[in-house]
Amino acid sequence: MVDDKTVRYIAALARLHIEAADEGKFARELEAILHYVEKLGVLDVTAVKPTSHVLDVENVFRDDAVKPGLSQEQALAFSVDKLNGSYKVPRVIE
Amino acid sequence: MTTFETVIGLEVHLQLKTKTKIFCGCRNEFGHEPNTNVCPVCLGLPGTLPVLNRQVLLDGVKVGLALNCTINNFVKFDRKNYFYPDLPKGYQISQFDLPIARQGYLDIVVDGTSKRIGITRAHLEEDAGKLVHDAVNNGSLVDYNRTGTPLVEIVSEPDLRSAQEAYEYLTALKLTLSYLGVSDCDMEKGSLRCDANVSIRPVGQEKLGTKTELKNLNSFSALKRAVEFEVTRQTGVILSGGQVVQETLLWNDDQGAAVAMRSKEQAHDYRYFPEPDLVPFTLEANQVQLLREGLPELPYVKLARFMARYGLNHYDAFILVQDQGLASFFEVCVKAHADAKKVANWLIGPLMKEMNERKKSFIGMSLTPQAMVAIIQKVETGVISNVIGKEVLALVLDTGKAVDAIIEEKGLAQVSDDEALGKVVDDIIAANPAAVAEIKGGKTGAIGFLVGQALKKMQGKANPKKINEILSRRLQDV
Ligand SMILES: [Zn+2]
Repeated sequence: MVDDKTVRYIAALARLHIEAADEGKFARELEAILHYVEKLGVLDVTAVKPTSHVLDVENVFRDDAVKPGLSQEQALAFSVDKLNGSYKVPRVIE
Repeated sequence: MTTFETVIGLEVHLQLKTKTKIFCGCRNEFGHEPNTNVCPVCLGLPGTLPVLNRQVLLDGVKVGLALNCTINNFVKFDRKNYFYPDLPKGYQISQFDLPIARQGYLDIVVDGTSKRIGITRAHLEEDAGKLVHDAVNNGSLVDYNRTGTPLVEIVSEPDLRSAQEAYEYLTALKLTLSYLGVSDCDMEKGSLRCDANVSIRPVGQEKLGTKTELKNLNSFSALKRAVEFEVTRQTGVILSGGQVVQETLLWNDDQGAAVAMRSKEQAHDYRYFPEPDLVPFTLEANQVQLLREGLPELPYVKLARFMARYGLNHYDAFILVQDQGLASFFEVCVKAHADAKKVANWLIGPLMKEMNERKKSFIGMSLTPQAMVAIIQKVETGVISNVIGKEVLALVLDTGKAVDAIIEEKGLAQVSDDEALGKVVDDIIAANPAAVAEIKGGKTGAIGFLVGQALKKMQGKANPKKINEILSRRLQDV
């Protein structure tokens, strides 16, 4: 059962701002999604091997060899704010 | 009054020194300008895919094997989700339920007693970027060069019972890891990092108390001091009727105190799920066996062997195995010079003094075993004195010249010839009539003084035994 408290918790984890008035709506929508996925529970999967990936592929490696990356200018081109070759972000205090 | 027992578990992060990062081809190096060692993969740009560096997996297995772990033959990666500016993707690729290694141990010695400390697991993950807060007052700066540096996280069982045990465990862990050649293991540079989970409980109680996590332990002494501080703090809280709150504390070594971290207040809910961008990995038994066979002799095994085989005491053997290069050098020297104790003394004494002065490990010293043994033998046969032997060693290290050449060039050979020494002794007798009178009067203690004067005049190059002989003879004649 998804209640308003759960919605607020998930929103906090996702750093989303949700208006108090919308909490009930999101609770109903999330509930519906969970309910939909729960339908899978009716299947008998005792004979199915648990798996974490859909592809039947294993051991894809790269060799320990250097490849050129981006220049500082290219890397910082995506930033909204920068200073001294670094990304500038709102202060996080430790 | 209730007495409490301390319970500590350590989480150690080890940076691997592979050529490239864990999931991309960026150089795994430090000291570059900010954000110059990055690519779309480690910046987490949309549409990119991580690919595992094979060497990282192999090095991780080596770490697991060295810590007596069981290696999982099927491993996968998982996403650990949290938001922080040093984590460009909004998640860290780590390992949750199928780490590379589990259920190992490390033996430590505390107050002369051996104790086995359990290792819960060792897993692979990527390092985060670096945040700088000082440069600007209205923001923080982010450098992603470190993002994607391969890490092995080693989690111990809560088996440690004191700050001293935690210290010994970290010491033993660092020494063991340093032998593998997979990391610099340097706490100052951050290639070995340590967090401590600390709780206390009344003696006899099975249930663990509420733990706090100590971060920013940047040295061995910081670990010890921080744990001691936290145990005292928790004891105070409980004795005054309060309850320990589960939280993360940041250790400030200058202030000798830990403060709660405000930024990570949020409950740890990392919502791990399998990393869909990386396929799972299988390790064949024979592959693991090959890695096991390829491991070097580990320090504590070597220590026991040095004691048994060469008759060294624990102290000497322990010092030698601290430096893998020095330990190997010792064994080569002993092949050419059978007196192992004497060789060990030269390495632990004069050679390590030179290493410390040059701030180098043995690897950084240009010294051949032939030269070391030659110096020891020259001293034994009286060609040079012990003091001059140490001087020759320093000159060999400075110049790289042969031992014989240095002794010859600098005229360092000990003077044993009677005539030359006789002249010096005569001078000393003439210059010290008071001492001579004392000896004549039966106070033989002054003989040592005269020998010392003669040696000083010869700048250590005289054979003390000879001086003694000549002096005794001359004094009878006076
Ligand atoms: Zn990269």
